[in-house]
Amino acid sequence: MKTAFFVFSLVFSSLSLAVVEGHKYPFDNQQDTERFNQLAEDLRCPKCQNQNLADSNAPVARDMRDKVYELMQQGKTDDEVVGYMVDRYGDFVRYNPPMRAETFLLWFGPAILFVFGLILLIGIRRSSKNTSNQPLTAEEKAKLEQLKNAAQRSSEKGQKS
Amino acid sequence: MNRALLFIPLGIFIAMGVLFWVGLGKENKDVLPSPLIDQPFPEFAAKALESGTGVSAESLLGQPMLVNIWATWCPTCKAEHEFLNTLAADGIRIIGINYKDDDFKARQWLTAYGNPYEFNVSDPDGKLGLDLGVYGAPETFLVDSQGIIRAKHVGDLNPRVWKKLKPRFEAMQ
Repeated sequence: MKTAFFVFSLVFSSLSLAVVEGHKYPFDNQQDTERFNQLAEDLRCPKCQNQNLADSNAPVARDMRDKVYELMQQGKTDDEVVGYMVDRYGDFVRYNPPMRAETFLLWFGPAILFVFGLILLIGIRRSSKNTSNQPLTAEEKAKLEQLKNAAQRSSEKGQKS
Repeated sequence: MNRALLFIPLGIFIAMGVLFWVGLGKENKDVLPSPLIDQPFPEFAAKALESGTGVSAESLLGQPMLVNIWATWCPTCKAEHEFLNTLAADGIRIIGINYKDDDFKARQWLTAYGNPYEFNVSDPDGKLGLDLGVYGAPETFLVDSQGIIRAKHVGDLNPRVWKKLKPRFEAMQ
């Protein structure tokens, strides 16, 4: 248990170290530092597409981090900073994309698939229940009795010998 | 009902087939759509690499052109350079943006491999590159005579790519 906890904290502690070059971007107050870290995590590196600005060491990610810092020093709000990047790199740079017609599947695809799977699951369960719960016909009952008797007889035989 | 359930794997197979068809059929999934298409070329104030004189977005106006982002540290730029020379020889106007590079090395490169560019914008810190949404050299923009960006190509220019871009280039005013 202790080992599991250790591994767990080891894996997730890397997230808190996300801004590798944090010392490069000094802020007057803790609040701005947190804003910067949040922005660097919410913006996606266009070169290495599965990393955010905080995690990526690509030169373009470094330039973008510098720009985020510069814009924040100019007193820009978070929305303005994100807007600045979107104007140049497109919605792609947002890890939190806006809801639009073309992002409909992105937002609701998983929910649609979930509902579809749920309907399918219910359908399967219902249909299997139907077959198992049907009462036996007279013919089937007779067959069952016959099988039971045969089984009993053979077990009695086994005990005798 | 049970018989209908037998078709579920087939349904899943078809759905995955469509997904792969679309996903793998894309020529290059690393290419991002640029939000700059049909937007004016971003304003800039920089120096020309060759002459050192000041250049701005206005210097671009007049004739349709290719704006090519390149650097000496970029191997693919080397690969496309010879083709750019051919295009320039065919009378295509090409403006270069020397992106995050050393001016001296860049001039050496142009002397060694030929200069297909009408002029080069020196962009040592990548400021103009950022405004253009550049994320990997080489990139090439198709810009019309009014300075409006009409198309973007990420990756090297070669005869195969140019076959597709040429009609769009010629359609520009």
